[in-house]
Amino acid sequence: MALKGNLRDFSTTQLLNLINLARKTGTLTIQHDGDSAQLSFREGKLIYAFMGQDTENHLAQILHDAGKLSEEQARIIQLRAKGTSDKQLGHMLIQRGHITQSDIIQSVRQSVLDTVYRLFTWGEGLFRFDANTLPSPGHITIPIDLESVIMEGSRRLKEWEILQEELPDLDISLRFTDHPDARLRNINLTVEEWRVVSFVNPRNSIHQIARANNLSDFEIRRIVYGMLQAGLVEIVRPAKPQPIPPVPGKSPSAKQETRKEIEQQSPAVKRSVVVRLIDRIRGL
Amino acid sequence: MQAVKMVITGPFSAGKTQFIGSISEIDVVSTERRISSNAEQIKESTTVAMDFGRITVGDDLVLYLFGTPGQRRFDFMWDILSQGMLGFVVMVDSTKPETFREAKRVLETFESYAATPYVVAANKQDMEDAWEPEDLRIILRLRSEVKILPCVANDKESVKNVLLELLYSILEELDKAEAA
Repeated sequence: MALKGNLRDFSTTQLLNLINLARKTGTLTIQHDGDSAQLSFREGKLIYAFMGQDTENHLAQILHDAGKLSEEQARIIQLRAKGTSDKQLGHMLIQRGHITQSDIIQSVRQSVLDTVYRLFTWGEGLFRFDANTLPSPGHITIPIDLESVIMEGSRRLKEWEILQEELPDLDISLRFTDHPDARLRNINLTVEEWRVVSFVNPRNSIHQIARANNLSDFEIRRIVYGMLQAGLVEIVRPAKPQPIPPVPGKSPSAKQETRKEIEQQSPAVKRSVVVRLIDRIRGL
Repeated sequence: MQAVKMVITGPFSAGKTQFIGSISEIDVVSTERRISSNAEQIKESTTVAMDFGRITVGDDLVLYLFGTPGQRRFDFMWDILSQGMLGFVVMVDSTKPETFREAKRVLETFESYAATPYVVAANKQDMEDAWEPEDLRIILRLRSEVKILPCVANDKESVKNVLLELLYSILEELDKAEAA
């Protein structure tokens, strides 16, 4: 009989502890707020995790998220590799010298961990554990010890609680600070932070920026909080930006749609704007 | 508040940071040297120094200048930075012919991202061994309508001129679009 319940009553930490201690084999499915996550385990070790609609073809997106493929490369590969499993695609990419085996292992591992850590922030959601159900052989599976996952997840949960307290509302916007202080001199940004920086604009809500960059609420809060602390950006509290209808999962199409939506919101550059820029620069 | 963005790109050490620093009203944050230090190399694929400047035009309009990281290993950042740009400047160190091929590659990559106007700034024109801008035009295979401008990145007037020429090009494009 399947293990079933709600995270409200039995948390992600408790579930993973149980699976680890009982050395269970099977797949855990959790549904929360339109999102769906699948985690598979073999003898108590986490071997696979995915958020959204599960197919055998995620590798291109995973490699893109890990910065190993550009958006364009990932898009083309996804198109051409329809019907090809992740394992087959991985072999093909290695054979053609596009990527190394180590790149694939590291990227898949990171993707699995990102998915699981996200679950720690889900306060509720229906779950079901199907014993002995495992991903099809075409998936790339990597065994990961659950002890360290549980420890890191618990640490993130605490961090999440603090971040949520500091930044409760993600419908606010950001702008670059008017008076950056000396601390700004030594800022180095990660790829994700750069992506966020490129969308900083009072017209884009934090939520929209997160969706456009495929970042979870936790990830965007952490990045924005860091930027606020560094004095790089400040919060703008105007009338609320247009709400975006909920988009399930982390699918690339949702990301592209939101990105397009943000780009459409970007100010249309009018002649008068360019003329004002010219006047300003002349006067410098 | 309306924010518009221009991207300053070019090979490593072409003078991008200096260019932005000459005109930005805030401190430009970047030292490309830091990126290649041993400490940075350990996590080379994830951390890139910040490089951006700002010019406030009024209460309702601000111009951001984003410098791209010069090294090839950071070219994944280019796509990110190019989104929504008004136009871009390709900086070339006129004294370093060994970087011209890379400048061409950068230019072609940015051209492929968006059909936005751009100009090429032939930097270090105050140096004796600087190549002539028109020679660079031939080497970079620039179309005749693309402006190649003499530039000295640490001279504010020179930087102003480059940005103004880019804005004039943008204006021309807008006029053409309106007429069409």
